[in-house]
Amino acid sequence: MDRKMHRTACRIEGRSAAPGVALGPLLRLVSTTSQAPVSRSPAVERQAFEDALEASRLDLVALAGEMKDENAEAILSFQIALLEDENLAAPAFALIADGETADRAWVAAIDPEIATYDGSQDHYFHARASDLRDLRDRVLRRLAGEVDQSLPAGVIVAADDMPPSLFLATDWRDGGLVLRRGSPSSHVAILARSRGVPMIVGADVTEIESGADAVLDADAGALVVNPGAELRVEYTRRHAEQLEARRAASSYSGPTQTASGERVKVMINVTGLAELRDIDPSSVDGIGLMRTEFLFHGRERLPTEDEQYQIYRQMAEWACGKPVTIRTLDAGGDKPIAGLTQTGELNPFLGVRGVRLSLRRLEVFRVQLRALARAATVGNLKVMIPMVTVPEELVHCRALLQEAVDELRASGREAALPALGMMVEVPAAALTIEDFDADFFSIGSNDLIQYVAAASRDEPQLADLARPSRAVFNLIGHVVEHADRSGREASLCGDLAGDPEQAAALLDQGLRTFSVAAGALAPVRAAIARYSGKGA
Amino acid sequence: MNKHRASVLMRHEVGLHARPSVKLTKLAKAFQSKIDLGLSPDGPWVDAKSIVKVMATKAPKDSTIYFRAEGSDAKAALDALVMLVDGDFQDGP
Repeated sequence: MDRKMHRTACRIEGRSAAPGVALGPLLRLVSTTSQAPVSRSPAVERQAFEDALEASRLDLVALAGEMKDENAEAILSFQIALLEDENLAAPAFALIADGETADRAWVAAIDPEIATYDGSQDHYFHARASDLRDLRDRVLRRLAGEVDQSLPAGVIVAADDMPPSLFLATDWRDGGLVLRRGSPSSHVAILARSRGVPMIVGADVTEIESGADAVLDADAGALVVNPGAELRVEYTRRHAEQLEARRAASSYSGPTQTASGERVKVMINVTGLAELRDIDPSSVDGIGLMRTEFLFHGRERLPTEDEQYQIYRQMAEWACGKPVTIRTLDAGGDKPIAGLTQTGELNPFLGVRGVRLSLRRLEVFRVQLRALARAATVGNLKVMIPMVTVPEELVHCRALLQEAVDELRASGREAALPALGMMVEVPAAALTIEDFDADFFSIGSNDLIQYVAAASRDEPQLADLARPSRAVFNLIGHVVEHADRSGREASLCGDLAGDPEQAAALLDQGLRTFSVAAGALAPVRAAIARYSGKGA
Repeated sequence: MNKHRASVLMRHEVGLHARPSVKLTKLAKAFQSKIDLGLSPDGPWVDAKSIVKVMATKAPKDSTIYFRAEGSDAKAALDALVMLVDGDFQDGP
């Protein structure tokens, strides 16, 4: 105790990514592998591959030991036997010797095996394809340096970067997050805001040691290591205030109106059922964005139709007839999913992501559409397609959705055709919005801003460019105007909607439906209530 | 030369699927002999110690499994493998 008090306080500056204050011991995560796709020698790739195979095998052996269920144990034994069979990895080792990277070599070796099972008429053999995919993804995760681990609660975690799967697996009560990389609009930041986890980015974490006491002031964007007694007292008080403010913000006082009496819908963005537990559906106008990619993260295998259906159905039930807008898988870009998204893209944000990926992985997309069509029988479910660029993509999705409904009904299952809308986040789509056969529009401001400004949201030096500009507001106005004229709904579900300082500018553009992280509900409602009309 | 051959009818309800294949390859690996497996007396033959190859035969229920083995413990290996398949892949004593 005395020793700590004599240590000098050290302040590390960063940028706020999710507001709040946290106090606690620091935990420094050191990533095991370099994230950068540097070219490495075949010998290094070979070693990395061997390590990943062995680590995966040990993971599976450990998992098998925990399993009580005979079937689960059998699947794991099968996967372990596959890993122990040199024949499986042999083609990968040959490719690595020829200069291929370990991850690509592994995919090239195992995908043909998966294809032979996929092509089997025998449903039992057919089903083994998923065991192989699972194995492929496990090794890929190991190659990417991801570890099956969870972090202790109540600590301030400092790391270079963090995959969403690890964030989601962590109990963040009273904890906080400090990252060197990432940006306030990265997906972990979105998760942190929606779950009320204080977080800063752009902080130099290299000198941080685990175990030191710290306070994280994510409002100011700074971490103080070894704070003095005075600082501790101050932040303990602020921490208590924060808890109190959160309790107060969750109280709700009727539908949102502007000062001039105009009704504005405020919906919430969610990533899963857990966030809905503490929210009364009567206090919001529905779910404006459910990000399904988080169902695909941190898992042993892709979610099945039934697993997805159960989640969508429970959301629809929770909403009691209010709209539940479910975005189909938006993987790619900064949201890679091992074994699904393409690896080695030079510019993933301009690559095969969102609907572009779904239309190339129809076997995955169809499962999701079937689950959605089944859940649409339960409530007011709406399906939203991300990254739509040209009208044909939406036409294709509509045909696939209709097919899913027809197939389900033909096999005696209940299904309904949900409304089909699109995210407006590609400038080409925003500019020609009248060409799209969408039942509703939802503006994805995070991507729209970075594509309009040609400035990455993950580049701290360009933070001034990657902001909502007049160009962005013009596009938003254009989309909202078209939606109004054609009698369809336009909402905005990006971070822009959750920023109370931007509410007036968005209302000026005619926007009357906001979808925000649960944590932003109270401040955004307050800002809307202050609005008394354009130019006022 | 210590070469042996054997065959056995497999009655397992879903064929040579994951669990039987795991057991079969594990047992085969316990022997030093080179052991091949095929679905006809003339092959084609696959390495009975490789689960990738064994599963790839996709042997259905009621197929006859042929083994050939070469090595010092070839006879013992085939006896054990035939007993495993004939006993419907139940756990041995």
